[in-house]
Amino acid sequence: MTFSGLVKSIITGLAVTAMCVPAFAADTIKMGVAGAHSGDLASYGLPTVNAAKVVVEKINAAGGINGKQVELLIQDDQCKPEQATNVATKLVSDGANVVLGHICSGATKAALPIYTEGKLIAMSPSATNPMLTQSGDYPTFFRTIASDDMQARLGVDFAIEKLGAKKIAVLHDKGDYGKGYAEFARKFIEEGGKAEVVMFEGVTPGAPDYSAVVQKIRRFKADTVIYGGYHPEASKIVSQMRKKRIKANFVSDDGVKDDTFIKVAGKNAEGVYASGPIDVSNLPMYKEAIAAHVKMFGSEPGAFYPAAYAAAVAMLTAIERADSTDYDAVTAKLRSEFVDTPVGKIKFNEKGDAEGVGFSMYQVQNGKYVELK
Amino acid sequence: MDWEFFIELGLGGLTRGSIYALIAIGYTMVYGIIELINFAHGEIYMLGAFTGLIVAGVMGIYGFPAFAILLMAIVIAILYCAAYGYTMEKVAYKPLRGAARLSPLISAIGMSLFLQNYIILAQTSDFLPFPTLIPDFEFMEPIAHIFGSTDLVIVVASAVSMVALTLFIKFTKLGKAMRATAQNRKMAMLLGINADKIISTTFIIGSSLAALGGVLISTHSGQLNFMIGFIAGVKAFTAAVLGGIGSIPGAMLGGLFLGLTESYAAGYISSDYEDVFAFSLLVIFLIFRPSGILGKAPVEKV
Repeated sequence: MTFSGLVKSIITGLAVTAMCVPAFAADTIKMGVAGAHSGDLASYGLPTVNAAKVVVEKINAAGGINGKQVELLIQDDQCKPEQATNVATKLVSDGANVVLGHICSGATKAALPIYTEGKLIAMSPSATNPMLTQSGDYPTFFRTIASDDMQARLGVDFAIEKLGAKKIAVLHDKGDYGKGYAEFARKFIEEGGKAEVVMFEGVTPGAPDYSAVVQKIRRFKADTVIYGGYHPEASKIVSQMRKKRIKANFVSDDGVKDDTFIKVAGKNAEGVYASGPIDVSNLPMYKEAIAAHVKMFGSEPGAFYPAAYAAAVAMLTAIERADSTDYDAVTAKLRSEFVDTPVGKIKFNEKGDAEGVGFSMYQVQNGKYVELK
Repeated sequence: MDWEFFIELGLGGLTRGSIYALIAIGYTMVYGIIELINFAHGEIYMLGAFTGLIVAGVMGIYGFPAFAILLMAIVIAILYCAAYGYTMEKVAYKPLRGAARLSPLISAIGMSLFLQNYIILAQTSDFLPFPTLIPDFEFMEPIAHIFGSTDLVIVVASAVSMVALTLFIKFTKLGKAMRATAQNRKMAMLLGINADKIISTTFIIGSSLAALGGVLISTHSGQLNFMIGFIAGVKAFTAAVLGGIGSIPGAMLGGLFLGLTESYAAGYISSDYEDVFAFSLLVIFLIFRPSGILGKAPVEKV
């Protein structure tokens, strides 16, 4: 190639690109990705960026959504509320169609008023604070992860409806996780009005003996014990209940749905109920999502990756089905039609929580946790 | 008043108190003789529990009856822990005998951490199940819902070992020598008592009781890990101080007093405040009666 030939081809190239880019850009779907991508909590946010990249690459390679390519607008909020408002404002003014994020509940809460005002759908794979959906203040917010109170909701509904509980003893281990669960459980029982909380107490983790608490369970004639906490205390409480011939049902959380619990409590573990995440590891789409990550980045994905993948798929599928990026049309599709994702077949309720993700109840039967359908 | 509930809590407190008392004796004996708070004592209790578990595991394979396993587990745990206690004293405390009081105390904390990490490395950091070695006695069945067979064995075993210990201290030559060393070590040595031997004996007896406690309590709670010694140790130490550190009957009384207080506080108020009551009690005693229930006020030696 001669020198003038080279110049010509560069100029032609530039001209083509110059003509192409604006036309191309006008016809893309813009998905914002907001979360912590640097700082202490980056490990929570970066897997979501990867999920977005994997999903978008797959969709774009297959010709885009109804002929339109998807473009990512990646913004870092470092999980800081003040950064999150800036990020949200920027995404709205850059013309994002949907936002995947944010990651932390605090940052999400700060950003949501801006999305609500701008009528921009935001879907988080990880913000679990119950109020984000339940307050009803943020109609544009959705999430593909169960909220913090979902386990307590499940435990209470199960105890009252399936086990016919009337008098419930709510116990916890005084830790953040256990006490939070127990407090939600107490709230739901009292709101439901079908059963009463006969005692609400914390036990001291590591104490050699819980006989005083166990005697109290008998004294108040509790038919069900709901326990928030981890397995070491749970196995001691259950064993001492059985030793003292108390037959009350024992319902607990994910901290107890651990094989060590069965190993330690032995035959006393039989019949204990505990909630745990729905097992999705056998879903073909879950396996596919993980494999795509390994292929693209050469490593196993990090926290919230499946939920983030699910959120990206859910939003883009809704846009495809609505054949528009109009807020009302897309929201209607999100709420009315199921979509296959790595975390299962999901759709969203009025508040924005995903139906079909979260927890299910397990029971110890013959030394194994068995999922109750 | 609901008497049945009151009695149930009392019995629960009795079991708990016996547990504390068994461990508290080790603290109080060592303090009585060399004025050292042996922070590693809780770890000896934990080692006893682990030894018991290993013995129970091995004997369980050969299908021995539960009671035989329990006896063997206790005997072997006592032998092991006595050896650990003896060695611990020789390694960590004896070289510091003439040093300032703070040095052996720091050495004790080091020993405690060492033993915890030793168990993590040699065994595991997980929770392990401890088999039920005490069968449900038939004659206990009518009251099993308030006081089970395990509770009975714990209370009886600690009562028997405490009576035996008291008789030993009161009436044997070695016991007399121990009392003499506790009163005035220099004088005792001048009179021909081998103080080193007495101190070793003290560690052996304290560790043996801790081992007994470790096996019994683990079969009661059904689980163990490397940290069980810490909480048990803190509570037992509190019991020893309540009873008057250095006094053997004081340790028993302190243990029972603490166990009953915790049980009643948990039963009538809330188990949320169990530890708050235990340690408030300690603070009150330290302010108003620092020498404990049976302790003697220290006499300034001129």
